[in-house]
Order: sequence, then C-alpha cells, then structure tokens
Amino acid sequence: MKTAQSINYQTLGDKMRYYKKHPFSLLAAILVGLAALITVCVLFLLVGYILIQGIPNITPDLFAWKYTSDNVSMMPAIINTLTMTGITLIIAVPVGVFSAIYLVEYAKRGNKIVGLVRMTTETLAGIPSIVFGLFGYLIFVIAMKFGLSMMSGALTLAIMVLPTIMRTTEEALKAVPDSYREGSFGLGAGRLRTVFRVILPSAVPGILSGVILSIGRIVGETAALIYTSGTVAGIPDNLMGSGRTLSVHMYALLSEGLHTEEAYATAVVLLIMVILINALSGFAAKKIQSNKG
Amino acid sequence: MKNFRELLMHVVFFLTACISILAVILICVFLFANGVPAMQEIGFLDFLCGMRWKPGQDLYGIFPMIIGSIYVTAGAIIVGVPIGLLCAIFMARFCPPRLHRILKPAVDLLAGIPSIVYGFFGLVVIVPWIQQLTGTGGKNVLTASIMLGIMILPTIISVSESALRAVDNSYYEGALALGATHERSVFKVVLPAASSGVLAGVILGIGRAIGEAMAVSMVAGNQPIIPDSILSGVRTLTANIVLEMGYAADLHREALIATAVVLFVFILIINLSFSAIKRRKKQ
Repeated sequence: MKTAQSINYQTLGDKMRYYKKHPFSLLAAILVGLAALITVCVLFLLVGYILIQGIPNITPDLFAWKYTSDNVSMMPAIINTLTMTGITLIIAVPVGVFSAIYLVEYAKRGNKIVGLVRMTTETLAGIPSIVFGLFGYLIFVIAMKFGLSMMSGALTLAIMVLPTIMRTTEEALKAVPDSYREGSFGLGAGRLRTVFRVILPSAVPGILSGVILSIGRIVGETAALIYTSGTVAGIPDNLMGSGRTLSVHMYALLSEGLHTEEAYATAVVLLIMVILINALSGFAAKKIQSNKG
Repeated sequence: MKNFRELLMHVVFFLTACISILAVILICVFLFANGVPAMQEIGFLDFLCGMRWKPGQDLYGIFPMIIGSIYVTAGAIIVGVPIGLLCAIFMARFCPPRLHRILKPAVDLLAGIPSIVYGFFGLVVIVPWIQQLTGTGGKNVLTASIMLGIMILPTIISVSESALRAVDNSYYEGALALGATHERSVFKVVLPAASSGVLAGVILGIGRAIGEAMAVSMVAGNQPIIPDSILSGVRTLTANIVLEMGYAADLHREALIATAVVLFVFILIINLSFSAIKRRKKQ
C-alpha cells in the first residue's frame, strides 16, 4: 500500500490537473465524500436533536422510585432494564460460550452437527425481533404458563442474543494460537483443564466484546418484549411479574400520546446508555488488538 | 474420576451446542402449529391474496401488507444502498486513517441506536419535514423508506467496507500501474472484485428492513391498503403484528401469528440466498 502511494504521489496541483482530464473521477470522488458526509450528518442530526430537545426535559421527578400516572418516572424501567440484561446474560452467556467451545475445541472436522449448528445460528441471527416476540409469547407466556413476565422476556432475549455471543466467542477461541493448546497438553493437562485454564482466559476480551454487543441489543429491544414481558410500569416483586424495560417504557409513553416531553427525556437516557455501551465495546476491541500485537 | 469429568463436560458442551438447533426447531413448530390452522380456516389464497384486512368482519387478507413490506423495503434499498455503498468505498479507499477513527465509531453508534429511538426521531423530525415538503399527512411510503434507509446504512456500510478491504491490494496497484486514476481503479477494479461481499451486505440490509417493526409502525401510517403512490400510507407485515396483537383474540390472533409465519418464510428465503452468496464467495 505504502509503496504504491509513494510511487504515485501527487501534489494537490497535479491532482487538480488530473481531475480536469478525468471529470468522472472528480465526480466519483465528490460523490463518495458526500455519502460519508451524509452518514455523519444523519448521526449528528439524530443524536443532536434528541439531546437538545431532551435534556431540558430531564427533571429529578423522572427518577423518582415510584411510577404514578401523574409522574411517569422512568426509574422502575431503568431498574427493570438492568434486571432484564442481567438475567438474559446469565442464561445466554454460558450457553453461547459452551456451544462455541464445543464447535471450536471438541467437534471433529467434518462433523455434521457443526454444520447444522452454524446454519441454525445464522438463521437465528436473521429472524426479526417481532417474530421472536411472538414465539416467546406462544411458548413461554402461553405454553409454559410463565405469563407476561420478566422471565419470559429474558428467555426470549436470550435466544435472540445467542448467535451474537456464539459467533464472537468462536472467533475469540479460534484466535488463540495452537501452541497454547499444545503446550498445555504437553504439560499433561487434560482437554477440560486446557479449555478452562488456558484457552478461555486468553479469549476473554473477545467474549466480552460479544457480551457488550448483546447488552446493546437487550437495552434497545422493544418488539420482542411487548408481548413477552409486558408493559406494566412498576418493578415486579419477582421474576414471574411483568415489568417494562426502558425501550418499552418509551414505546408505551409514545403510544399513550400524552407524554412527549417525558419520551424525549427517556430517549436521552437510552441514547446515553447506548453511547456508553459503544464506547465500552470500542475499548474492548482496542484491548483485543493490543493483545494480538 | 477425571475421565468421567472430561466425558461429562464433553456431553454438556455438546448439548448446549444443540440448543440453537432446538431453538430453531421450536420456533418453526410453534409458529407453524399456531399459524397454519388459521391459514387453512381462512383459506390459503384468501389469506395470502385477499385484498381486505377487516378483523371485525372476519376478513383476513394480508396481500396489501405483503405489498407494503415489499414497497417499503425497496424504498429503503433505494435510499440506503447508494449512500451506504459510497460511504463504505470512502471509508475503505479514500479516507485518511485519522478520519477513519472518527467515522468507524460513528457508524457503529448508528448501528447501536435502538429502533424505538429511530422511530421517535422519524416521528418528530422526518414526518413533519415530509408534511411540509409535500403537503400530505407525512406518514407514508416515502417517510418509512427514508427511515429504514437510514436504519440499514450501518449494516451495508460495515459489511461492504470489510468486503472492499478484503480485496487483494495487487488488483488496485495493477490498475494504477496501467494508468487508471485512483477513482477509476477503485470503481472499476476493486468494487467488482468485492461485489459478492457487497451483495451479501445488501441482502442483510433487506433482512433488517423487512423485519423492522417498531420504527416502521410509527411513521408508515398503517392503513391496510395497497398504496397508490409513495405519498399514501402503508402497513407492513411487522406493523400489522405490533399494532393488533395487544387486543386480538381467537381467529384474529391466529391470523396475526399466520402473518408472522409469512414474514418468517420471507426471512428464511433471504437467509438462504445470503448463505448461498457466501458459499459462492468461498469457492
């Protein structure tokens, strides 16, 4: 790359003369730059608009512990979001990580199950969240009689984020050099010990980035939760009670149509959460790179 | 004892790996078992090709919604693919590394914003904007297409960008050596070489657009009719489920589940073509 550039080095004047000879190249360069500009502008417009309109609407009342019809506090929803994220991860992370361990460390080459698992995870990754919502409603709420509850919601979300965790863990495990495994086996450790003591610790940053991605999806999810965990505004006494997360809270405020200002404030809190999660995942990605280097 | 533990964990790992297979089977079984009987009761043709959706009169035709989903998705492709692809080209081959360090997180953030926030933004910004521009209600095919076009941008950008970066640099250098400009080399040599990866990104984008429920239901107007222009309201398959599942009962409820079955089949077809393209790329 570098040598090609230096052979081909042009000053600005050269470039302008070049563009005069090749107007289509100029057009292409302008279009490409414009597209990038549009993308960035859309992001800034969206984030900027919501922050500017929303921040003045954030009042201490909105963080009161109790939700009442006069004061549509988002505190219960924030707590429900944290609970929901916690339970979903407790279910999805072990399953996702264990599956990835099987695929990478245990399955033999050309194993038919591996192909099948890959295919089904790809299918799962493509299913729209509203279909997950309906499925969760049919199996957890109706067939297993959990009712509209945090548990039903968390189980539905766990299936939804499973492909993300599996894929990132698989990549992280594959990135662990074979010499680690050989070294561990050579010292007399069994396969299980090798996996838990040697391979998993060095794959942690990769697994973590998958977990962070999943948290982002859980926090932002609405369609899969409306008909599984319900839209009750309080904090449920236990996991079998219905409770709404922040995204569902915002949806409920908007569909009631009476609380646009509070919806703005909720949007701000959601956006800040997402920005923090993204910053965290960027940090994790950097960590992976520095580990490799 | 040690062997037993090894064996036990081997079995545990194997069983967890099977959970995703089980999940897909369960999803198919539950959706089809609840949706197909309703389709039979309504009549397959009446359900798929029926023009009227009036649950009050026991009329369940989802043809307008199928067309609606297709229109809106096509609109999203028209809006999102050119911008997304050009932006990916910029990020892969034009922008200096320093700018890339800003652009990449920006695109990631765009991908992370919850769909409900997109919907809200559409409702308070894009809808009034279209209203002023066209003098109509503002909730129509055009608005939904712009909204979805923005939402699929990050998918298209990140998949296309990695496809473009994966192209062997000797292609680009060869084109330069033959006297092509930088732009010509990128557009005529690198882009065609990355085309299957770009196509995969577009298909992923289609999947996301057709499956999006919350944001679309907030800006599309939701009239269950076949839109006669891009300025008339539209209801998608997903919006149909979100809007009515809350109060539906009996056959109405099952008809909504059947709607999800149709959506699921659409997604399966899209997924299959996605993996077919990926397999072709490997060869």
